[in-house]
Amino acid sequence: MKEQQDYIQDIAQIRSMMERSSKFLSLSGWAGILAGSYALAGAWIANSFLGFQPDQIFYSYPDLTNILLTAGGVLVLSLISALLDSRRKAQKSDESAWNSTSKRMLASMAVPLFTGGLLTLLLLQYGLTGLMAPLTLIFYGLALYNAGFYTIREVRLMGFTQMILGLLNLGFIESGLLFWAIGFGGIHIVYGIYMHFRFER
Amino acid sequence: MNVSFDDLHKAFENRVRLGIMSALAVNDSLDFTSLKEFLNVTDGNLATHIKKLEQEGFVAVEKSFIDNKPNTSYSMTPEGKKAFNEHLNVLEQIIKSQQ
Repeated sequence: MKEQQDYIQDIAQIRSMMERSSKFLSLSGWAGILAGSYALAGAWIANSFLGFQPDQIFYSYPDLTNILLTAGGVLVLSLISALLDSRRKAQKSDESAWNSTSKRMLASMAVPLFTGGLLTLLLLQYGLTGLMAPLTLIFYGLALYNAGFYTIREVRLMGFTQMILGLLNLGFIESGLLFWAIGFGGIHIVYGIYMHFRFER
Repeated sequence: MNVSFDDLHKAFENRVRLGIMSALAVNDSLDFTSLKEFLNVTDGNLATHIKKLEQEGFVAVEKSFIDNKPNTSYSMTPEGKKAFNEHLNVLEQIIKSQQ
């Protein structure tokens, strides 16, 4: 006959199994803090060194390649950090970061991210440079909102915040870079710090 | 309240089987490898327990081919769902009655 202790453990096992098999939990706050820092650095480089200050929707800028390289650099560095971080965290709890939940989470993010990325690049061809910041914020927000169904719920809130920032940005095109820095920089860092104190101490 | 321990289904006495059912309760379907990773058990161990649940009629098996490789995915049958929910209710009552 089992004791009450055993039944309580049974319930704990059911709970942890349900959570582990449906939610991706191997991303730590550090990935957010790092991604945010890269974004802030990228925005600073674009603004100070490259003199990229789109003040209206149609904004012609001669050196778009450098801007795209900077943005691409921020993206690649953030992805590498997230990858290494989730691998480290998964190894610590003896799990694999590449499992059915992480695949589902990435697939749910991929659709809005590719659509948004492609749309932004296509619009750039027409010189709609001022739309870069609001559109990337909105589509990234949608991707995070989707991802939030497969990981901790706070990610959905972060997605909402990014979308709202992007929509607000449409009213203040001249501050695009600032909005972008708040969204991709500030919010990631706030989220990372929150994660760190809530789950990792 | 009078709760009989006999109400607990024998099939769920084992932690691995309980784990399989918990994972399938929140996923439409899972393949063998995913289940193995979540549960941290060996191939043989998992296969034995799935077989048992399959015999009880709690788990449905679907075999298919993905890129010419055999892929087996498992899901919970309606009977499995019912039995699992009843099991949870009994667990809850046992704990409540002993407090």
